[in-house]
Amino acid sequence: MSDSAVMLISGTRKGIGRHLAETYAARGWQVIGCSRKPSDLTHPNYRHFCLDVNDEAAVQAMLAEIRKTYARLDALINNAGIAALNHALLTPIETARRIFETNVIGTFLLCREAARLMQKRKWGRIVNFSSVAVPLDLEGEAVYAASKAAVETLTRILGRELAPLGITVNAVGPTAVRTDLVEAVPEIKLQALLARQAIPRLGEFADIVNVIDFFLRPESSLITGQVIYLGGV
Amino acid sequence: MTLAEIQALVLEAVEEWNQQADEAQRLEAALETRLLGRNSKLDSLGLVNLIVLVEEKIADRYDRRLTLADERAMSQERSPFRSVQSLAEYVHLLLTENQP
Repeated sequence: MSDSAVMLISGTRKGIGRHLAETYAARGWQVIGCSRKPSDLTHPNYRHFCLDVNDEAAVQAMLAEIRKTYARLDALINNAGIAALNHALLTPIETARRIFETNVIGTFLLCREAARLMQKRKWGRIVNFSSVAVPLDLEGEAVYAASKAAVETLTRILGRELAPLGITVNAVGPTAVRTDLVEAVPEIKLQALLARQAIPRLGEFADIVNVIDFFLRPESSLITGQVIYLGGV
Repeated sequence: MTLAEIQALVLEAVEEWNQQADEAQRLEAALETRLLGRNSKLDSLGLVNLIVLVEEKIADRYDRRLTLADERAMSQERSPFRSVQSLAEYVHLLLTENQP
């Protein structure tokens, strides 16, 4: 069994996921990352898998490999997600399906397979990704926000179902962070979003790491099924 | 694969379960051991764990990924999860009828 704690992070090729992979690998975690395309992140503590998070066979094969190599999984960060900013009347159904496949099915599948491995040691920390788009009911993000609302419900119910197995399940709801996902949002929309926050600034990677660190701490063993939003939403 | 091999596989899963289970839920590694109902020592979460272990062993040994607790299993008049023997028979059926 691996001596160092093992963390699986989805969507590590760029943006928040990439930053999380670098941060936790540097801190001594054994980090397993995945994304559809290859990653150029090289670190002795980092290993990458190319897969779609909604591909059941590929996700199962990755978890089987983690089980055989490390015999443990301590944390799962369900970061992979896609968004599309569009008026509901103009949103193609294929886009809606794609968003639900990645954000909801992908999150559920990784939770299910990760928890199977985590429960062997009666220990696990799962952190899902919601968004301030859920409580703010952001116009133009109907399908994205609906998918993240589904992630919040998954988080609460899995928190209950996995509690007897020693696994906590929580979610972080970031505000906008300057990544590719937010790049497409017009400046005026971004300013309108910030105006609705108690603390009107964009999120930084460090703000997200801070919330994840809180959920990961051994002292957070009584915290499950919770969603923490950034920005005072 | 033969039924005897699958029976051995399910019994291995039972032994692995016993290593992680509380004493009250440890099972006798025998074909007639009950997994469901009043005569079973397993609670519902214990049964879930045992099924996960069996699925894992099937994947490792035969490179096949079965979902044991699917609609078909749930809709059977007699649950395939009632004993070690019936579980082994159900796994054997699934593996042999869907051979690639």
